[in-house]
Amino acid sequence: MAEKEDGGLVFHPMDQFIVKPLFGDGPVGVLTITNSTLWMALTVLAVIALLVLGTRSRAIVPTRSQSVAELAYGFVYQMVEDITGKDGVKYFPYIMTLFMFILFSNYLGLLPMAFTPTSHIAVTAVLAVAVFLAVTVLGFVKNGASFLSLFWVSSAPLALRPILALIEVISYFVRPVSHSIRLAGNMMAGHAVIKVFAAFAAVVAISPLSILAITAMYGLEMLVAGIQAYVFTILTCVYLKDALHPHH
Amino acid sequence: MATETTGDAAAAAPGMPQLDFSTFPNQIAWLVITLIVIYVVLSRIALPRIGSVLAERSGTITNDIAAAEELKQKAVEAEDAYNKALADARVEAAKIVADTKADIQKDLDKAIAEADAEIAARAAEGEKVIASIRDSAEKDAATVAKDIAKDIVAAVAPSKIDAKTVTAAVTAKMKG
Repeated sequence: MAEKEDGGLVFHPMDQFIVKPLFGDGPVGVLTITNSTLWMALTVLAVIALLVLGTRSRAIVPTRSQSVAELAYGFVYQMVEDITGKDGVKYFPYIMTLFMFILFSNYLGLLPMAFTPTSHIAVTAVLAVAVFLAVTVLGFVKNGASFLSLFWVSSAPLALRPILALIEVISYFVRPVSHSIRLAGNMMAGHAVIKVFAAFAAVVAISPLSILAITAMYGLEMLVAGIQAYVFTILTCVYLKDALHPHH
Repeated sequence: MATETTGDAAAAAPGMPQLDFSTFPNQIAWLVITLIVIYVVLSRIALPRIGSVLAERSGTITNDIAAAEELKQKAVEAEDAYNKALADARVEAAKIVADTKADIQKDLDKAIAEADAEIAARAAEGEKVIASIRDSAEKDAATVAKDIAKDIVAAVAPSKIDAKTVTAAVTAKMKG
């Protein structure tokens, strides 16, 4: 948000990310209903609207909304099956949950005046850490100690293997960090840039250019919103594959 | 990152609201609730429903294709039966034509044979008539010859030669 104050431009591109209580002005407690809560709830409603209400006719020849729901289902299902194999299909509901939440959160966040839960590192970190922990535990449960062979590149020359193992371990533990920051960073940056351009729109001389830039950025953000949901999901599938089939 | 320069309420937040740790428990709690709700809805209602619809559709399509295949097979069979019936009819027709031809031929042969027989009978009759005519002519000729010979003999040498001798002589002459 930018206001002209005393003839100067004032930028608040990050104000849109402030988590504040929806009712009253008190501190943000654990279960305080905040703007973040509101948009998470709207995300849930949107998911239900598409995947439950949209498919209520269970038509053999699908309606438009049912087509979209089936498209989303088929898209994620195919992804899980292709990457993790047949034995990964039973984790499909979890991955679908992640995908639908991120996708709708990203897209709803693009509505004017909206709040984007996935632009917060607190949210994406929980998602990423949950994936990391689940995949690690699953890897050990499914494969026992042989899960560690994930780090032991048996196709490399013996002398290189310890070094590669070190690199593999580091990259393994960096996964949740990159996984979460990629999503939150993309969401935050896009929204912030749009806000900066919006501030310039208040200056008459450059407002046409500014509005053009907002439009272009908005288009780009539409793309990024989908792509980041896809990237998060596909990386989850890749990590899951490592847990199920750790041998290179 | 822009820093806030005004003194309004929003400016109290740090440079990046994302790093305001006081809001983390709230966000995490609501995120977990959100994810659980989405998961329950998806795994209980939405995904089984969509999965069953997709399975039903692919089943329907498979069945329809099978039915179409069956109908096509039936159509081919019907065509074969039609062609066979056509071929049978042709054979039958040819047979009927052949039979009819044979019948006609037989009738014709019979008629020709009857006609031949008739002709032969008539010819025989004619020949008989001709023969009898010729016989009577010969006989008349012989009688005339004998009579004339007798008259000539009577004129030349009356009473010296009797009639029987003259007749025998004429008959012998006519045979020779």
